[in-house]
Amino acid sequence: MRNRDKQAHEPPFHVVKRDGVPLWKSMTIRVLAVVFGLLLCSILAVFLIDANPVEFITTLFDGAFGSARRLWKFGKDASVLLCIALAITPAFRMRFWNIGAEGQTLIGALASVAVAYYLGDSIPNGALLPLMLLASVAAGAVWGGLPAVFKAKWETNETLFTLMMNYAASGLVAYFLLLWTPSGSSVLGALSVGHLPIVIHEYFLLIAAVLVLTVLIYIYLQYTKQGYEISVVGESENTARYIGIGVSRVIIRTMLVSGAVCGIAGFLIVSALDHSVTTTTVGGMGFTAIMVSWLAKFNPLVMIGTSAFITFLQQGSAQITTNFNIDSAFPDMVVGIVLFFIIGCEFFINYKLAFRKTSKKGGRAK
Amino acid sequence: MFKKVLSLCLAVLMVAALGVFMSSCEKTNDDFKLGVILLHDEASTYDLNFIEAVERAKTQLGLTDAQVIYKKNIPESNECYEAAADLVDEGCDVIFADSFGHETYMIKAAKEFTSVQFCHATGTMAHTEGLANYHNAFASIYEGRFLAGVAAGLKLNEMIEAGTITAEQAKIGYVGAFTYAEVISGYTSFYLGAKYVCPSVTMDVQFTGSWYDEIKEKDAATALINNNCVLISQHADSMGAPSVCEEKNVPNVSYNGSTVASCPNTFIISSKIDWTPYVVYICESAKAGTEIAVDWTGTIATGSVALAEVNTQAAAEGTQAKIDEIKALMASGDLHVFDTATFTVGGETLTSYMADVDTDAAYEKDTEVIADGYFHESEFRSAPYFDIQIDGITLLNTNFG
Repeated sequence: MRNRDKQAHEPPFHVVKRDGVPLWKSMTIRVLAVVFGLLLCSILAVFLIDANPVEFITTLFDGAFGSARRLWKFGKDASVLLCIALAITPAFRMRFWNIGAEGQTLIGALASVAVAYYLGDSIPNGALLPLMLLASVAAGAVWGGLPAVFKAKWETNETLFTLMMNYAASGLVAYFLLLWTPSGSSVLGALSVGHLPIVIHEYFLLIAAVLVLTVLIYIYLQYTKQGYEISVVGESENTARYIGIGVSRVIIRTMLVSGAVCGIAGFLIVSALDHSVTTTTVGGMGFTAIMVSWLAKFNPLVMIGTSAFITFLQQGSAQITTNFNIDSAFPDMVVGIVLFFIIGCEFFINYKLAFRKTSKKGGRAK
Repeated sequence: MFKKVLSLCLAVLMVAALGVFMSSCEKTNDDFKLGVILLHDEASTYDLNFIEAVERAKTQLGLTDAQVIYKKNIPESNECYEAAADLVDEGCDVIFADSFGHETYMIKAAKEFTSVQFCHATGTMAHTEGLANYHNAFASIYEGRFLAGVAAGLKLNEMIEAGTITAEQAKIGYVGAFTYAEVISGYTSFYLGAKYVCPSVTMDVQFTGSWYDEIKEKDAATALINNNCVLISQHADSMGAPSVCEEKNVPNVSYNGSTVASCPNTFIISSKIDWTPYVVYICESAKAGTEIAVDWTGTIATGSVALAEVNTQAAAEGTQAKIDEIKALMASGDLHVFDTATFTVGGETLTSYMADVDTDAAYEKDTEVIADGYFHESEFRSAPYFDIQIDGITLLNTNFG
């Protein structure tokens, strides 16, 4: 009887956890997901923008890699995104849901601009740049550390707190812009001081700095005691306490590191690129970085690939709006669709669908 | 792990090579190209105004789609320079940018690519930079605002005559973006236009601290209406203020194009800069190889200052006729918008004023702009520099809402 009941209620399929999927298999699934995602986008392109799928794909590649200039821009954009992703990774490994990278980077940028604005005329560039870096790192650390202190001492919700700090940073930038522009325009424009020297190419130093930082963060997380503590706290706070790790201390220290690296990103944006700050300087990268870090399963080296991939999608699809002169919501759609496929495929990597076995006589159970 | 990274890097390199190969196959036969850099896209009334102008110019000049390249959603950062450089690579002869904050990055590009012309709307630095290929442009929009103000004044007169308000209650509310010359010049000329026909008018100004923030603009308009303002105008880019006016049945004078479609009962008139003549001018100059003016100011005469059609549903009777009459006075030079006889500052008539015309880090006031009994707006450079607080206008806040 019992068996019959079970059969009657058995759904057409159920989900089974998969174990030990070999790397080649999981990578194949991921590549297929991207291919299917792009395929769907190109089909949409046919209907929405009247472009054939081949045109769509070539434009995508042309936008990201079509000229030497675009390649450099691609490398630069991917590096900035990677830098912010590196920053949030230690916190995420600790299961501290820091969505305040946007504000931590922005406040870092503001600090650099402030130093350049007030001291730029009185001290040489060689002394100015380290000061800017220091100010950015300190500002980013404070912005990241504050929510951590509150979390560690009073168990506040870090997601809401870090989000709130984003608005605080943006408000401060708006305030200082008004202070610095007596005309009231709130547009500071590029400052003539505090520029990172140009070596090989305008973007070379920035890209190189971020790659070095990537290796450093990888080593920090993988091979140091502090990195190990982060992983333990992330796995289980009780275990961490049991083996004598000061959880509060680790949370605060890790968020200081996260914020400081965001500060470095802010410094790089100011000294190598914008030489200025606006409320949109970070432009949502603080949130995109979460995707970069998550897709790479919080592994800094893999993040080189994921940040490059997301930058490729963004730049390629921006080129599509330019070439086909269509609504600029289209790039967001492309990125969204492809990411949806990738996230969806993670499900199939971790689980498989087990279909209901039909009864021996080939008919449905009664 | 390293294998994974290596394979990712290889994949990226391979597609890169493919991309370079494919793009090198492209060939175009057109010899002239215009590049347009926009801060936002069609969703912003400000940028839409530029897009429409470029499209009209394209038709007038007979350019094909491939000869005009748009770069939309370009922030006021190094990305503006990158977009400009990319447009140079695409073969553009003229590159036009539409936002004030693009300026320093456009100058960076102009210095690097000396054979390409860079034109920047609303900027202030061309006349002091001394670059042969970098140019600013604006329009004498204060004249358009003055005329729109006349329409507002006539509406107030109609309300006074009908007995709905007394002459003393004729108060206008104005929603402004920033406490900045472009906005100050705009609301002052609008106020003076209203005062020209309705001498008892006063005005309250509320700032939002943003060029585009629909909620703040709605809140500001609502606060002004609650504060007994009987007519609203605005200088910000969303539909916030006009939509509140339609909801509360308060007459509205709009900006950047007609809002009559969504506000049929309250929209009176709207002024805007029509950039078509400038875009045509820079394209023709670049094609012919003639010089583009360092600092170009469009006027009513060049067709750069435009008024939307008067909405008879909301406007006072005879509005169009009065506007035409005053327009003629302006054209003949008999009427100046900033005539010092028509306004006072702290109870005194102005006889001299030093304005900050040349951009410098100290914001030094460097140029005498009052002569022959009027303030010479947009003559020493195209972008507005009238930043005086005159009597009759109350600022409810400065900079922040």
